[in-house]
Amino acid sequence: MELFLFIITAAIALAGAVAMVLTRNAIHSALFLLLNFGAVAVLFLLLYSPFLFAIQLTVYAGAIMVLFLFVVMLLGAERVEDAPDQIAWQRPLGLAMGLMLLLVALATAFRSSAFAPAPGGAALEAFGDPAALGALLFTHYLLPFQVTGIILLVAVIGVVVLNQRRRPRPSEAKTR
Amino acid sequence: MDWLALLILVVQCFVITLAVTTAFAYLTLFERRLLARFQNRVGPNRAGPNGFLQPVADAVKLFFKEDVIPSAADRVVYLLAPAMAVIPALIIWAVIPFGCLEMSGNWQACFDPQTTTPLQNILQMAEINVGVLYLLAVTSIGVYGITLAGWASNNKYSMLGGIRSAAQLVSYELALGAAVLAVVMTYGTFSTHQIVVAQAGLWGIVPQFLAFVIFMIASTAEVVRSPFDLVEAEQELVGGYNTEYGSMKFALFFMTEYIKLIAVSAIAVTFFMGGWRVPGLETLGAGIETLAGPLAASIAVGLVSLGAFLLKLVAFLFFSVWMRASWPRLRYDRLMDLGWKWLLPLGLINIAYTAVVFVLIPNETLASFVLLALGVLTLVIALGINRVPKPVDNVTYVKDLKEMG
Repeated sequence: MELFLFIITAAIALAGAVAMVLTRNAIHSALFLLLNFGAVAVLFLLLYSPFLFAIQLTVYAGAIMVLFLFVVMLLGAERVEDAPDQIAWQRPLGLAMGLMLLLVALATAFRSSAFAPAPGGAALEAFGDPAALGALLFTHYLLPFQVTGIILLVAVIGVVVLNQRRRPRPSEAKTR
Repeated sequence: MDWLALLILVVQCFVITLAVTTAFAYLTLFERRLLARFQNRVGPNRAGPNGFLQPVADAVKLFFKEDVIPSAADRVVYLLAPAMAVIPALIIWAVIPFGCLEMSGNWQACFDPQTTTPLQNILQMAEINVGVLYLLAVTSIGVYGITLAGWASNNKYSMLGGIRSAAQLVSYELALGAAVLAVVMTYGTFSTHQIVVAQAGLWGIVPQFLAFVIFMIASTAEVVRSPFDLVEAEQELVGGYNTEYGSMKFALFFMTEYIKLIAVSAIAVTFFMGGWRVPGLETLGAGIETLAGPLAASIAVGLVSLGAFLLKLVAFLFFSVWMRASWPRLRYDRLMDLGWKWLLPLGLINIAYTAVVFVLIPNETLASFVLLALGVLTLVIALGINRVPKPVDNVTYVKDLKEMG
């Protein structure tokens, strides 16, 4: 049952990813990416981690994709011209780097004990527990957590500063 | 998983989907009759006794309408959008506890916060340890249907409606999340069932009064209902994102909106009004157990809790119709101001209150009342600051243009 579900979900995730790259229309691309995110969320469920499932849906499928769609729609850039790529070596370089990433991932997977059977029972129960995750974030990974927070804050302040429109001063407004 | 359990699950899915859809149909009648009363009219009363068959007539009419697809529309996305709108509205019901009917007859387990054996409660489909997060996740993907419908119709009014909806829903999701987070902090759990169980003494509205107010406003905006229905402002946008949709496809959008309204009301009941709890439920269970055995007690507790839940739900829906009848639509910049400059900061302040008060005051009842006082005080201060909105003059008059040359 589990293997069956995994194969279906993985196939959907892969199909979504491939279709996303190959589609010409940017909105269709975004929708295939959404399909991929959804399938990955289900994979998290199969890994007994409902917490990551919910986070994947909220953060990726919800927040990021909505912003992305929004930008694409506002810019009206949904149709790509059929003109050849502006940078000729872009595609081969992308392919090479993708292959490299795949190799690194495979090497890590084969060298570690990732293929050992998953721990069962109590270990599984504690695996996706939000309380345990939170405790780890605030003890063992406190510094990275805080640094991430500051980076996000900087981004927020940057948006506010860049978006500020110059308002006419009161004195200028009077002379208008 | 054994096959019987799977079968029960499938039956549960069907029953909940059908129940919610029927509830939608009769909510439209409820709303039309009530709105009519609020406006000193009679409302639809011709089809059946007291207009009871009006929803059936509406459904038949929508079914037999011609199904048109605009030639300039993006066909696939246009057809996909209603489904993407209605599915989140339906699956959100999976974690909401309607009551507690324990199948094994061990009805005390419903009230036990530290239950070790998993509940066999057939009035809640899935009891997962991240139920609240699931609710937020499903709400956050609910934006897609509306936004994509607006884009795929290839119509400027639909597009404007879609963009408005995306901005509005993303903005108010934050305030909604902040309010829900404070509730989670109060009860220390993400499980919806456990939150209901933990409201044994005081209901959630007492410690989280501020969160309740924020939740009610933000959830009304989240289901794009009046006074926050800018997404479908008829005067400005013809019909908004669903201008190009007709027949059953339009009905699906309509359905989504109302099912979401019922869902957020159910969530508000679960978080702030004690869910399926009603005072004396445990006494009733104990009494019936001595009279007729544990199984009868379990069924009685289940039915009474379901009844209490539905009663509270109807009260919330009535309130929602009342709001719609009472308030005019907000202006767009006011809407954004309210979401970002008032609700979100208030939500964050409330989270800080909750954290500090529960650490400083170990007695939970006392802490709840302190939080209530703080919440009311903060609301009064916020209303005081917000009382005199300065009119912003963004208009360029013709005489100014002439003077400038």
